[in-house]
This record gives sequence, C-alpha cells and structure tokens, in this order.
Amino acid sequence: MMAKLIHELEALLGVDAVLSRLEDLLLYEYDGSVEIGRPEIVVFPRTTHEVSQIVRLARSHGAPIVGRGAGTGLSGGALPRAGGVMIVFARMNRILEVDYENQRAVVQPGVVNTDLTRAVEHAGLYYAPDPSSQKACTIGGNVAENSGGPHTLAYGVTANHVTGLEVVLTDGEIVRVGGMTSDALGYDLCGLLVGSEGTMVLVTEISVKLSRKAEAVKTLLAVFESVAEATDAVVDITARAIIPAACEMMDGWTLARIEDYLQAGFPRDCGAILLIEVEGLAEAAAEQAQAVTEVCRAHGAREVRVARNARESEDLWRGRKTAFGAMGRLAPSSYVLDGVIPRSKLPLAMRRIEELGRENGFRIGNIFHAGDGNLHPLILFDPRDGDQFERAVHTAEEILRCCVELGGTLTGEHGVGMEKNELMSLVYSPADLELMGRVRDAFNPEGTLNPGKVFPTGKGCGEIRIKGKLEKQAASMESGPGEGAAPQ
Amino acid sequence: MTPIVSAALMARLEALAGAANIVFHPDKLQAYAVDAIVPGAAARPESAGQAAEIVRFAAAEKLAVIPVGGCSKLGMGQPPSRYDLALDLTRLDRIAHYDPGDLTLSVDAGMSVARLAALLAEHNQFIPLEAPWWEQATVGGTVAAGVDSPLRQFYGTTRDFIIGAEFVTAAGTLAKSGGRVVKNVTGYDLHKLAVGSLGTLAALTRVNFRTFPLAQSRRGFLASFSQAGGAIELRKRIAASPLTPASLEIISPEAARRISAAHAPMDASLWHVLAGFEGTETVVARYERDLARLGEAVGSAEGRVVGEAGWPVLRARLREAIPLLLAASPAAAVCRVCVLPGKFDEVFETLRAAAGKLSLQSAILARGTGAVYFALLPERADEDALTRLAQAGETVFKIAAAAGGQASIPWCPVELKKKVSVWGPARADFALMRRVKNAFDPAGLFAPGRFAGGL
Repeated sequence: MMAKLIHELEALLGVDAVLSRLEDLLLYEYDGSVEIGRPEIVVFPRTTHEVSQIVRLARSHGAPIVGRGAGTGLSGGALPRAGGVMIVFARMNRILEVDYENQRAVVQPGVVNTDLTRAVEHAGLYYAPDPSSQKACTIGGNVAENSGGPHTLAYGVTANHVTGLEVVLTDGEIVRVGGMTSDALGYDLCGLLVGSEGTMVLVTEISVKLSRKAEAVKTLLAVFESVAEATDAVVDITARAIIPAACEMMDGWTLARIEDYLQAGFPRDCGAILLIEVEGLAEAAAEQAQAVTEVCRAHGAREVRVARNARESEDLWRGRKTAFGAMGRLAPSSYVLDGVIPRSKLPLAMRRIEELGRENGFRIGNIFHAGDGNLHPLILFDPRDGDQFERAVHTAEEILRCCVELGGTLTGEHGVGMEKNELMSLVYSPADLELMGRVRDAFNPEGTLNPGKVFPTGKGCGEIRIKGKLEKQAASMESGPGEGAAPQ
Repeated sequence: MTPIVSAALMARLEALAGAANIVFHPDKLQAYAVDAIVPGAAARPESAGQAAEIVRFAAAEKLAVIPVGGCSKLGMGQPPSRYDLALDLTRLDRIAHYDPGDLTLSVDAGMSVARLAALLAEHNQFIPLEAPWWEQATVGGTVAAGVDSPLRQFYGTTRDFIIGAEFVTAAGTLAKSGGRVVKNVTGYDLHKLAVGSLGTLAALTRVNFRTFPLAQSRRGFLASFSQAGGAIELRKRIAASPLTPASLEIISPEAARRISAAHAPMDASLWHVLAGFEGTETVVARYERDLARLGEAVGSAEGRVVGEAGWPVLRARLREAIPLLLAASPAAAVCRVCVLPGKFDEVFETLRAAAGKLSLQSAILARGTGAVYFALLPERADEDALTRLAQAGETVFKIAAAAGGQASIPWCPVELKKKVSVWGPARADFALMRRVKNAFDPAGLFAPGRFAGGL
C-alpha cells in the first residue's frame, strides 16, 4: 500500500520531494524534545495545490498525515504517532506579500520566524511573537502551537497577530478563514485554528500583523535575596500601571551555574534575578525604568543594573539566552516543563518545585517568564540511570499537578502534543474534552490528521509520555552529549 | 411563528427555577423579544447548574433557547427561525475570582459591564471592553455580540483579552475552555468561538479576562478637517509615528453631529480625527505635542486637546456612537465594513456615493484599525425607505469585497432582514462554521437561524 502511495506522491511532486528510505526517515523521527515517531513517507510540497493533492492521495490510502515546520517543537506536535505521511513545509518558505502602510504580511507556513522580521525591519517594523527558537522555527509551526516568547507579556502570542489563514481540509478542499483585519465575520475560525496543534487543518498561508518598533527600550537587571521578593516586585510593577515588554526571572542557583559558564559578572549568591524590559515613547521608557528600579529597591533588591545602551542590554540578556545551554553542562540530560500558574503564586510554586526536586533527588533550575507566570522548570538528570529516569518523569508530573492545583495549567506555549495529553484530565472534565473532541472531529472526521495528540488516549492515564525521548537520549549518550532543547 | 410553551411545560420550568424566576406574562416577555418574536417564557436561573438543568429540559422538549443578558443587542443577526425560551442570565452576576496582582478576572456572564468596570476601578484596573449600551449591557452579552470598543486601537478586541469561559452546552452540561492564566495553550480555545456567536453555540455562564492597569492620566485630541482626505492622512501619519494611542477614530460630519457633546463639541460640518491617549503626565504631554504637530502638518482646520473635564464625556459619547446613530433615524441601519485602513479613501467615497445615489443620509465612524461603521439614516420608515436600504446594503457588501474586506449589517430594522441577509452573501467558510455549529449544537437548540449561513 505504501509503495503505491510513494509512487503516486513521486509522480505528483517529483522524486526529489519524497523521502521513504529508512536512513532519510530517521532524520524526521524526532523534534525539539519529547518522543520519537517515525513517518513512513516525508514529502516537501511547494504549493497549496500540492498540499491539497497530497492530502487527497494519503486519504485514498487511509494514511495518517502530520504537518511539520522546522521540528523545533517541545511537545511532539510534529511527530507522527501512527506512521503515515509527514508534510514538511520547508519549501513553502516565501513571504508572499508585505503591506507596509497597513502593517501586514502574508507568508507561507515554512517562513522562518526571524526571516519575516529581517525582511521588514528596514521599515521599522517587526513580527512580534518571538519564541526562543525563532531563528529556526517556522511561522506555520508557531501557528499550530500558538507560540509565545519572552515579549508576549505586552504584545501577545501568535493568535493575537494572525488575522487570516488559508487552510487545506482533510478532504483536500482549500478554504480561507479570517481576513486581513481581526473582524472576520461569523465564528472566529482563525482564533480556533491557531493553536489547534495540527489536529484540524493544514495551514498553507498566513496573514499576520506587523508591529512598529518602539522608540526607546530600557533593559534592567534586578538582584534579589529571594524569589518571594522578586515576585512581589513583579506584582507591584503592574500596580504602577506598567506592563513591561518582558519580565523574566531566574533563580539564584541557576544564575550561579550560568555565571560558572559565562563569567559575565552575574552574582553567585543571590536568591533570584529579574530581567525586565520596558519600552515605548522615550519619555515612557525612561519613567518606567525609573519606576521599576524604585519598585525593585523597595522590595529588597540589592542591586539594579540599567543598561545604558544596546550593547549593555545584550549583555544582560546573554545570561537568559544562554541559560539552557549553560545548564546543559551540568547533567547528561534535562527535561524542560512549561507549566503556568497565577503569578502571585510564584513563591509557593518555587518552594514546591524545590521540595519536589529534593524529594526525588534532583536540582531543578528555574528560568521563566515571571510576568505571565509561565514556568520552565528544568530537571537535570542522567537518562542512562533507569531509576533517575523514572523519577524525572514522576517529578515532572508532580510539578505540573502542582501548577494546576495552584490555579494554573499544563502548558503556556509548548503545546500538549503527545507529551502531556494524558494529563489533560487534570485541567478538563470529560464534558470539556468531549466537546473539544467534537470540534476536532468536525474538521478531522476520520481522525487522519495528526492522530493521538492533545487528547488522552486512555492508555497511560495521567502520565507524561516522555519514555521514548529518554530512551533516545540514553542511546545518544553513548555517542556524546546532545544539544539541549531551547525552550521559548 | 407563535412560540408555544404549554401550561404543563411551564409548571415544570417553574419547578426547575422557582415560580418567581419564570416569566410568562406577555407584557414582561416583550423585553425578551428578538426581531419582534416574543418567546413563550423566560427563565432566570440563579446558578450555572440551574441554567444547565433548564437547557437540559429545553433540549428534551425541543424548545429553542436564546441566552440573554441585558437585552440591549438582541436585534443583531437574522431573525431566529424558532424562539421558545429566553435564558436570562442576569442573576449570575458575581465576580468568581479576581486577584488584581495576577491581572486576571473570572466573572459571571450576567454581571453588568458598567458595574464590573466600577469594581475593577477600585483596584485601578479595567478590561478594554468599553462597549455600547454600557448601562444595560452584561459581560456575557457583550462577548456574545462581538461588539468592539474604541480601545481596540491599542488593546485589541475581545478575542485578544478573553482567556477562558464556562458555558452550558446544548446538551445541558457545563463545560469550559481556557483558564485563569494569561498564557495558555492547553486544549482548544473554544471561548474564542463564543465571541460574536450571538448565543448560537452555547450559553456563556462565566468569562475569564486578562485585566490591565489604569493609566495615571487619560486625555483626547481632536483635529478637524473640511475633507475626509485630511482626516485619513492624519490617521496614517499617527500610525506611522512612534505614538500608540489607546483609541483612534475618524468621524464624518454627520456622525460628529450625533456624537458631539456639550463639554467637548465637534463641528457638525467637519471631518474629525479623535485620538485617546494615556500614561503619566510626561507621556500625555508628549502625545499632545506630537499630535498637534502632526495635525498641523496635514492641514487640520483646528486641533485641540480634550482635557480631564471633557474627555470622559466625549469618550462616553464615542462609546455609545452606535446607539446614537441608530437613534438618528426611524429606520437606521448600521453596517460594519472591515477593511484595511489603507482602503479608507476609496471605501469612504464609494460608501457615501452609494448612499447619496439612493437619497439616503449616511454617517461614518471608522476605527483606526479598519472597522468602519457606516450608518444609513432614512428619514422615514416606509416601504420605499426599506427598498433603498436593501439596495444600499447590497452595494455595501460589494464595496467591502472590492476592497478586500468583509461587511455585515449588525443593526437594522427587522423588515430589512426579509430583503437582505445581514450576514451578506454566502462564503466558502460558512460551511466550516456549520461544522462548528453542529459540533456544539447538532439539534439547533440555541438561537436557530440567527447566525451567518442560516445557522
């Protein structure tokens, strides 16, 4: 059956756009983390029409389909759970239109996130959603996952910047939803499909808003004795009517490890640091930087550094941006989580995470988006040690349970995918999931598009599914340390 | 058609919600009329659980249900094909969860938007939902109606700051999506579908929002022009500047006449650009300087700051622009034409020409982001006026399509809806909307016929 489908796909796309040999497929069986899932065929369409034809062919053979951008995802969204056809959008990477006056662009899904900003920055514009993998990840993948990033506190996530989509349905039909403004008439299909993790439609064209660069930016780094003090400062900044463009926190232990690596002059003995960016009109940025400094001092900050220029600002960000790499030196492997909590609960959550780490024998690093309560606990462990590996999974699950208990949720920007789907029942009732399932089925009635994602399969009830990943890591350990996945 | 809720059914409804909370007197039911269709009964549940029981009952008895709040925007959409029971959610009016430090709010759908704003203001916060019919409207109704606010220029529309919802499904079960955190990709964003759904998918019982801090100072700037072109050019210059005003509108002379307020008068012979801005004193001073300079540069006849006294008044008038325009004619129709602002020149001209050709008075209020409210204001409500309105409506749909946009007629006389669909011509994505409707409400329990594509 697959041989015939391969042949038909080659006839449609040309032999250079279809992979089916094992050694080729191996490159597509993993993504930024999580699990392993090997496709049987990988195809590289160049046009929407080709995507539509691929979908029709796959359907006629009953083969499941999964879409994929750059494969930087952290929840297994772009991996097949049941073999079949993987559609890689790498060759649909053209910026189709830029409308400078109206600050809009239309792009194909394979356009790399930063490439769009690079194409329009000469006009003082940029594309706001900035996941940490933005140099590699594609806008199509961002749409599937509704990606965020450090600057989403003030500017919103992908869904806030996408106004319209061209999509291919599971029967191959091509439909446009939304429009050039965010007022599309009728149900907000665009709002539904952004973040649907490739389980409803394949996106072939994306209309986005472009943002205008702020006149002035100020970057500050504040050093605190405790996470609690830093958290109080975060909450109090808002009380001064300031929404920082970014507000990142790192715990003291993590910062010390970063300093070991970077030797950039970060303190080794603090409780936490905040990296805060304020921007806007020059007057606003200056006043807000002053106000943020005051608030941090009032909450016990021992030191507040304000970058005087772009270079100093980059230096302050360097710790944050190399954090996951620095942490990668400390253990053979790491597992990054994406839980979200109401931000006022940060001290409680940090304490609980530390306790859970201690109980299970791990040091857990915390580098995260404090402004919106999006945690990224990083569990350091050795996957070759079978016992550690079980405990790492257990710890991760306990941390996510704690996030939910504190009024938060499982994932803020990485997606549910095939990593956290068994935990969905911690957040949603059977009635909630049934309704979401009906909405998915309305678009994906035969279940052929990205099967086995988002929803609990009922097989491993209440478990994180990272076993495959751990095994993969254990295997790769033999050939030297791999690169840690960079979370957003 | 005449809705029928028999005496026996009525008794069972009373048993569900208590006799005092079931309305069946015809005079009182008039308040729940949708496009002159009066339901057989209205139920006022005290809790989401009770609302679910009532919907279960309605589903079993095959009654058509329309969820309602303040009943201020029931005339939106096509007339329902059936309407037996109004589900009045105004008794669900509490704040479920609010921690100002988290910048999130969970509020019952029946809470009035004005009261909510007052409660949030105590903590120096707000949600950017400055919706029309302010005194009457509820949170749930405002979300379901999908109305926008002048603040969308900076803060976006409801879809941008709604972070979760709880609702009663057509099966009479309680369900939810999203949560109480600002950033969340756990599961599908079903709550976004509720925005503008006119109650055709589910009955909202609770809505979660992101809240925002109130700025220290808020003021406005008003520039006037003899021609539309000057106003359009000023909007363009502001958009290309580093300024990020909270609101930015272009107001035609006819609209200015209706929106103008005693403390902040607008010249009814001129086009206006009205910008609202906020921040500290230093920041608003910068806005005042820059806006005055930009206004002069494009030849504004007059540019002036609307200060602390006038701005709240003018802002409230602006918020109520649609009801004010509707009140200006016995058969007013207000179209929403969504195009990119770069199309304003062409669209304003063709819209006004179309109205002029049909001897209809018109008015334009355009939000800076591209939503154009185009009011058609016939002097009389007779058959001739309706015929002309219908022709104008069809032309508006064509104008929007030609400009790469979309149009609908959210507000108009009931009689016009027999001549023209307020949702405009059928489109390819209506079929997808039908799939969504079927997933939520396969039996057509909620507001059948009211939505786009006859849903």
